[in-house]
Amino acid sequence: MNAREEIFSRIRTALADVTEPDPALDVPIEWVYQRPTPMADVLDRFVETVEDYKALVVRVPAAEVPTRVATLLRGAEVSSVVLPAGIDPTWRTAIVAAGIEVREDDPPLDRMELNEIDAVVTAAAVGVAETGTIILDHAADQGRRALTLVPDTHLVVVRADQVVSDVPEAVGRLGASVAAGSPLTWISGPSATSDIELSRVEGVHGPRKLLVILAE
Amino acid sequence: MTAEPQARRTPAPSSTYLGMPKFQKNAKAKLDDPQLRKNLRYATTTIRAKRAERVAEVADWEELRQAGEAIKTRTLRHLDTYLAQLEESLTRNGATVHWARDAAEANQIVIGLVQAKGVDEVVKVKSMATQEIDLNEALEQAGIAAWETDLAELIVQLGHDRPSHILVPAIHRNRAEVREIFLREMKQYGTPAPEDVSDSPAELAGAARRHLREKFLRAKVGISGANFAIAETGSLVVVESEGNGRMCLTLPETLISVVGIEKVLPTIADLEVFTRLLPRSSTGERMNPYTSLWTGVTPGDGPQEVHVVLVDNGRTKVLSDPIGRAALRCIRCSACLNICPVYERVGGHAYGSVYPGPIGAILGPQLRGIETELDKSLPYASSLCGACGDVCPVRIPIPDILVHLRHKVAQTKHVPKLEPTAIALAGWALSDYRNLQFLERFSTLAGKTLSSRSHLGALPWPASPWTNARDLPVPAQESFRQWWKNSHKEGER
Ligand code: SF4
Repeated sequence: MNAREEIFSRIRTALADVTEPDPALDVPIEWVYQRPTPMADVLDRFVETVEDYKALVVRVPAAEVPTRVATLLRGAEVSSVVLPAGIDPTWRTAIVAAGIEVREDDPPLDRMELNEIDAVVTAAAVGVAETGTIILDHAADQGRRALTLVPDTHLVVVRADQVVSDVPEAVGRLGASVAAGSPLTWISGPSATSDIELSRVEGVHGPRKLLVILAE
Repeated sequence: MTAEPQARRTPAPSSTYLGMPKFQKNAKAKLDDPQLRKNLRYATTTIRAKRAERVAEVADWEELRQAGEAIKTRTLRHLDTYLAQLEESLTRNGATVHWARDAAEANQIVIGLVQAKGVDEVVKVKSMATQEIDLNEALEQAGIAAWETDLAELIVQLGHDRPSHILVPAIHRNRAEVREIFLREMKQYGTPAPEDVSDSPAELAGAARRHLREKFLRAKVGISGANFAIAETGSLVVVESEGNGRMCLTLPETLISVVGIEKVLPTIADLEVFTRLLPRSSTGERMNPYTSLWTGVTPGDGPQEVHVVLVDNGRTKVLSDPIGRAALRCIRCSACLNICPVYERVGGHAYGSVYPGPIGAILGPQLRGIETELDKSLPYASSLCGACGDVCPVRIPIPDILVHLRHKVAQTKHVPKLEPTAIALAGWALSDYRNLQFLERFSTLAGKTLSSRSHLGALPWPASPWTNARDLPVPAQESFRQWWKNSHKEGER
């Protein structure tokens, strides 16, 4: 018997006491999936919980997003930025106009090159109010995973209609992306560690600065 | 740098778990370490308070726990079905699936894959499964350096040490020790720590960032575990804080994930339950900073060669016990460690395996079989206070399983154990009031004889297994019944 066959045979022997072949009949699950979590105001809560992680959040009317992208980058003393291919072209124009060097990921930059770039600007797929989480499904306006990982500052624009109450709704919205094989990155604040005497340090390997624009 | 030939490529761990003496002996040694006890108490009380606060925010927490329990129970009772589905989904999405019966086979598979890439180093995300199979040492033997990239794991590795807690493995080290370790060791294995680095956690984390960045940027192979594996879609999920996980999962060309066969979840929808249960139970956060999900190979994004090694290593043994199998529901949150009065006092090393605390006491002996002195003693590493079962996000009845395993241990011995003896004695005493009177008189006599002491030391067998790990108060000088009789008049009863 090869390892696979032997493990399956061990499992079947171990489960000799299980006589109902249908998992759903054998163990019913009393849980309503994708239920919203009740809250007074989803957007207010989102801003609160993201700020709790020491990320900067600004609420901006949709029309002002390009200029705010540029001013936030300038405020963070960013001099170079990498943009995913599918980013809103008006953001790009504003960033260039602000005198920030734009690097294209086409052809893909290698990791050494990415390591030399100060910041990345992306859109998002979903925002989660209850937990302050921003989820990327790495569509064209968010770029491949390394883009939002290696540069030290990540500016992410979340649209108000992307923000849901809690994780169950979020997972519901992401089902199609996962089924299509897209990776997901869930981001809740800047990278952090509490490994030395439990004292929290913001910023280890992932971006040490997380800037969030909520576009309404 | 010293001139002596460097045979090893990574720091040698100080000790091995193999041949660890039994729990009570280890515990005694640890109880004598006041620094360890202080650090542990601080860590467990802090995390406990944060957990309680975050759990209280969730209105449907109990329902959520029940859902977590039900999903895991369903999966385990039909593990063959879900594993076959997982394998099919992974393969469809471009991953290569490998099966390992035990630790040696899993290590051999990983070594073979790394050697096939022609490299002699890998970067690693903190993973309980790879610690369980002692992968780092197996790779070292094969001439491959495995670099731990989680800050605490890095401290442990550079400190020639072993982790003491699932969640904060370096909790037994304070900042001054961490600084010393970084200054002494980093320069031998890559980018040195700055000479003037202070002992502030922020500066030490900065030194780790610089030290590891070099390794992330050149690594060709990454090694991870997985918190969850979704059968329906073939997706693996890693939950982390620092971003070292994302580095290992994203930058190398080849990714090898070592995953216990019990990590499977049926559907992507199930993730909503576990991503709510885990961070709040574990670090006491609403959500951990980073969660990564990937499905085989994503063209143009991340590793283009993806391997998944599915490991048994004793899990089917655990599965074969209808009561004990609930331990396989564990999502490694460590809430049961932080709440445990025994763990708080002795720390993780005393449990003699990578799984410490209450979960270690029920999982370790089942995974390995109840054969060694250590594994026979672990089910007794508890006061059965019940706190662990109450905090467990997947409702594992840890105290019940401990008692169940004590019975199993008792069956392996020829001499009767204390508890069955004591229970038989209690049954005899309570069956007839005269028997009880006899015992009471015996006990109060002993109490009078010993009245100058407040605690008894270790007692001889059959009480020795009990008193080796506990202080036994001196028996009262009068029994409750005598006291009642003397202090209450007939009519007041
Ligand atoms: S047994 Fe329960 S509480 Fe303990 S680590 Fe596992 S999931 Fe957490």
